[in-house]
Amino acid sequence: MQRFLRHDYYYHMRREFLIQKITFILLLVSFVSFAQHHDADHGAAAVETSSETSLKEEIKEFIGHHLLDSYDFSLFSYEDEHGKDVHVGAPLPVILWDSETGLNVFSSSNFHHGETPAESKGNFYKVYHSKIYKTDAAGTIHLDDHHHATNEKPLDFSITKNVAVIFLVSLLMFFIFSRMAKSYKTSALPTGFGRLLEPIILYIRDDIAIPNIGKKKYKKYMSYLLTVFFFVWIINLLGLTPLGVNVTNNIAVTLALSLMTYFITTFSGNKDYWKHIFWMPGVPTPMKIILAPIELLGTIIKPFSLMIRLYANITAGHIVLMSIIGLMFIFKNWIGSPLSFGLAFALSLLELLVAALQAYIFTMLSALYFGSAVEEHDHH
Amino acid sequence: MDKLIEQFSLGLFFWQSLLFIGLVLLLKKFAWKPILDAVNEREEGIQNALDSAEEAKKEMQSLNADNERILKEARAERDSLLKDAREVKDKLISDAKEDAQEQAKTIIENAKAAIEVEKKAAISELKTQVAGLSIEIAEKVVKSELASKDDQLALVDKILGDVTLK
Repeated sequence: MQRFLRHDYYYHMRREFLIQKITFILLLVSFVSFAQHHDADHGAAAVETSSETSLKEEIKEFIGHHLLDSYDFSLFSYEDEHGKDVHVGAPLPVILWDSETGLNVFSSSNFHHGETPAESKGNFYKVYHSKIYKTDAAGTIHLDDHHHATNEKPLDFSITKNVAVIFLVSLLMFFIFSRMAKSYKTSALPTGFGRLLEPIILYIRDDIAIPNIGKKKYKKYMSYLLTVFFFVWIINLLGLTPLGVNVTNNIAVTLALSLMTYFITTFSGNKDYWKHIFWMPGVPTPMKIILAPIELLGTIIKPFSLMIRLYANITAGHIVLMSIIGLMFIFKNWIGSPLSFGLAFALSLLELLVAALQAYIFTMLSALYFGSAVEEHDHH
Repeated sequence: MDKLIEQFSLGLFFWQSLLFIGLVLLLKKFAWKPILDAVNEREEGIQNALDSAEEAKKEMQSLNADNERILKEARAERDSLLKDAREVKDKLISDAKEDAQEQAKTIIENAKAAIEVEKKAAISELKTQVAGLSIEIAEKVVKSELASKDDQLALVDKILGDVTLK
């Protein structure tokens, strides 16, 4: 009987895995087809109005724009037959704290996609290079010699596209995992989507948490490790969909995550941990004095490397992938587009791997740092 | 690096931290703890089941060994009982044989003694009868022999002659 059950279990797992794979491939295909659709819309206008250099510029600008956060949830935009930009998406709330007027809340649709300044409590705000600046009624941006805006910046707590995505992913995760938890009340074996997730959870427990932190203390860190793994993975995967979501290539997001790892490591550090930082046992005294600042710096460099690694990997992936898709617009011949398509397809598969790998590395290294903080050195 | 710092958005950092801490806490209460507990419980259950199966197997083995031992003992006891019985039987038979022989012997001896007595009696009777018969015969012979006077004288002479010779 048990054998049968097991077989059944694996069979379902494999099936779910297959379904997921197919879904990803479909998403990829739609990503590329969306890009081509974009090409068709833009192509005619591009041929009429601009030369090839400006097309390259446009692609570069598009990639740059894609990498930045935005104040509304724009899915895509195109020019209609009158040459007017049409944006498809939803506006999001803008929340500003101005030292004069206090809290300002208004819809991002007031910005008209950065074209006009928005008015709130008698002040005017304008989006310039994805940042909100305080301006006059005409929306004048004063630039210094380095082309940096010198206008006053209000404290910006807006629900931007990335914040909205983080919120949605959090909701999704809460929904999936609390439902999975409930399913255990009725049966000892996971049901539905849990069949796919349980092996991953067990993998994180048995191959990341326990070997790095130790059997005695790993339980305390499981919640963080599991959350960070699934959060980063899901968000990385969303970045590969044609929704144009890119959360983990914001340094603010990776900083928040790595700071969490830093704080947990620092606050759970035991006597041994601090002793190894400030007064390394087993080395001569002058070495101890030299090692202390290095070790202390190391505690900061570790989470810093976490932050940069995740940020850089995802950003680089997005830039390369979008550049290759952008090649389609430039080649515009029978050999270029399939080549670009093939490259983009292969790279997307690689990015799928990177999405999981970066989540794994972040979780793994966090576990390693926690482990070093709670390690007991019995041999002294 | 400059660009990186310029890109840094405090709002995004704030929301990410807030939402993420909230997510960790919520998931801890509603997902990770129940899931990990359930998985642990299941694993323990499986381990316990395996352990008890192993125990049952061992018990079975010891039971089997016990059975084997008891069977062996019973067999040995049966063997010794059979042996005893055989010995008793043999003894009984030999005793009976001895008794019978003894009895037969006495009977034969008695018979022999009786036969001897009878034989002796018969012989003595035969002797007396033979003596009587010989006297009668002698009488008759003598009567017939010494019917005349001459014969009697002849005989006396003969006897007298024998006596002198001696």
